[in-house]
Amino acid sequence: MTRLSTKHLLGIKQMTKEDIELIFATADNFKQVINRPIKKVPSLRDITIANLFFENSTRTKLSFEIAEKRLSADVINFSASGSSVKKGETLIDTVNNILAMKVDMVVMRHANPGAALFLSKHVDAKIINAGDGAHEHPTQALLDAFSIREKLGEVKGKKVAIIGDILHSRVAISNIFCLQKLGAEVMVCGPRTLMPKYIGGLGVKVEYDLQKALEWCDAVNMLRIQLERQSIKYFPSLREYSMQYGLDKKRLDSLGKKIVVMHPGPINRGVEITSDVADSEQSVILDQVENGVAIRMAVLYLLAGRVDN
Amino acid sequence: MSPSPRIILDGKQLGIIIQRLCHQLIETHDHFHSSVIIGLQPRGVFLARRIHHQLCEITGNKDIAYGDLDVTFYRDDFRRKDLVPNKTNINFIIEDKKVVLIDDVLFTGRTIRAGLDAMMAFGRPADVELLVLIDRRYSRNVPIQAKYIGKTIDSVSSEKVKVDWTETDGEDKVWILTTEKNEDTQK
Repeated sequence: MTRLSTKHLLGIKQMTKEDIELIFATADNFKQVINRPIKKVPSLRDITIANLFFENSTRTKLSFEIAEKRLSADVINFSASGSSVKKGETLIDTVNNILAMKVDMVVMRHANPGAALFLSKHVDAKIINAGDGAHEHPTQALLDAFSIREKLGEVKGKKVAIIGDILHSRVAISNIFCLQKLGAEVMVCGPRTLMPKYIGGLGVKVEYDLQKALEWCDAVNMLRIQLERQSIKYFPSLREYSMQYGLDKKRLDSLGKKIVVMHPGPINRGVEITSDVADSEQSVILDQVENGVAIRMAVLYLLAGRVDN
Repeated sequence: MSPSPRIILDGKQLGIIIQRLCHQLIETHDHFHSSVIIGLQPRGVFLARRIHHQLCEITGNKDIAYGDLDVTFYRDDFRRKDLVPNKTNINFIIEDKKVVLIDDVLFTGRTIRAGLDAMMAFGRPADVELLVLIDRRYSRNVPIQAKYIGKTIDSVSSEKVKVDWTETDGEDKVWILTTEKNEDTQK
C-alpha cells in the first residue's frame, strides 16, 4: 500500500490499520532524515500549509511547524488571539479567507469537537486535525504508538495503561483507537469522576487502582490533569490526586519490571508524574517529542496528495 | 500479442561486465582512500554492493566506504505517482570525497538528478561520477550521462529493461520486456 485511504486526517477512528502502518513506515524514513546533518528534504516545496490554532498550543504547533519546514513547505501561522475571531468572525469565514490566499493544507486545533470534520466538508483543502476539543488528537496517538513500537519492538499484543483525566482527554480517545487498531490491549485508570460514562463501549479495561494498572501494563501513558477544561471540581485537591494517581520513583521501582513511561506533555511535574520519573531512563518523553516531528512529516507527506486530483 | 521477454545478458556475461567496471574504477580511483561508493535505492544497491565487494577484494582495501541512498523525497514526480521510500544508509560524510554513484539502468536520468540532490545532504563532494549497468540512450529527459557503462542498448519507450539479481530474483540476468500499460517501475 502506498496511499492513505483517507483524504484528511480528522481522527484515528476513520483510519485503517494499514493507514497507520504506512504512516509508521514513512516516519521511519523521516526520522532518519531529521537526524542527518542536513535535516531538510524538498518534497513539499510547492505546497502552502496554514497552521490555524484557535486554542493554545506550544508543542504541537512547534512540532507541526518544524515538520512542515523540514519538508520545504511554505508555512503561515494563525492564532486566535489577536485575530478577527475575537471580532466575531465565524470559523468558515476565517478559513475561507485564508484559503483564498491559495493554501493547500490546513492544520487546525479548535476547542470544539468535530471542528476539523466540519471544515473538511466545507472547504477545499486537506485538513489535519491537531486536536478538536475533547474529541481526537490523532497525531499525538500516532506518535505515542510509534514510540511504543520503537521501544518495545511492536505494538501488537502489548499492554498499555492510560492514566488520569480520561474524561477531558482527546489524547486518551485517539490513543485507545490507535492502540486497538494495532492490536494492543488498553486499560484506562483514573478517579471515577474523571472516567467518561461511555468508556464501557470502547472495549478497554477500566481500573481505579493505579498500582494494579501499573502491574498489568508494559507501557504507561500519564495524562496531564487539564485544569483548564474542568469547570467543576472533580477531585478534592491536586495533592490528593497526586498521592493516588501520581507516578513516583518508589512506585515505579516496586514493580519488578521495567515499564515504558510516556507523557504527552506539558508535564505538571509533581502532580501526575514526579521529576525523577520524568527524567528516568524508563521515560521516553523526549523520544515522543522527536518522533512527533517524524510522524507529522509522514502525515503531511502522505496527505499532500496528487497534483492531478 | 507482445513478444516474449528476451534476455540480453546472462549471469556469466553480467559477471564479466561487473569485473570490467571494477577495473575501470580502479584505474581512476586507485585504492579508494578518498573515494566512496553510493548505490541508489531500490535497484541500484545490488549492483553497487557487488562492485563494492569486488573492489575490496581486488584492491585489498577492506574499508572502502559504501552507502545506500534513497532519492524518493527528492524526486520531481512526487504527487504525480505513488512513491514508496526506502532506507538511506550512509554513515559517513562525503565532503571533499570522490563519489561513485551507482544505479542499474539509466533511462530518463531523473532518478540520477534526484540522487545528486539527495547526496548533498551528506556534504559537498569533490567529484561525482556515475556508473550504470545498462544505458538506454535516446531516452534522456535531462542532460545526464554515465562515465562508466556496462552495456548500451537502444530500446523504444514501450519496452522495459529489467535487471534481476540472485539476491532478490533467484538469478543474475538482464532482460527486455514489452510493457502494455502497466507501469510498475519508477524508471
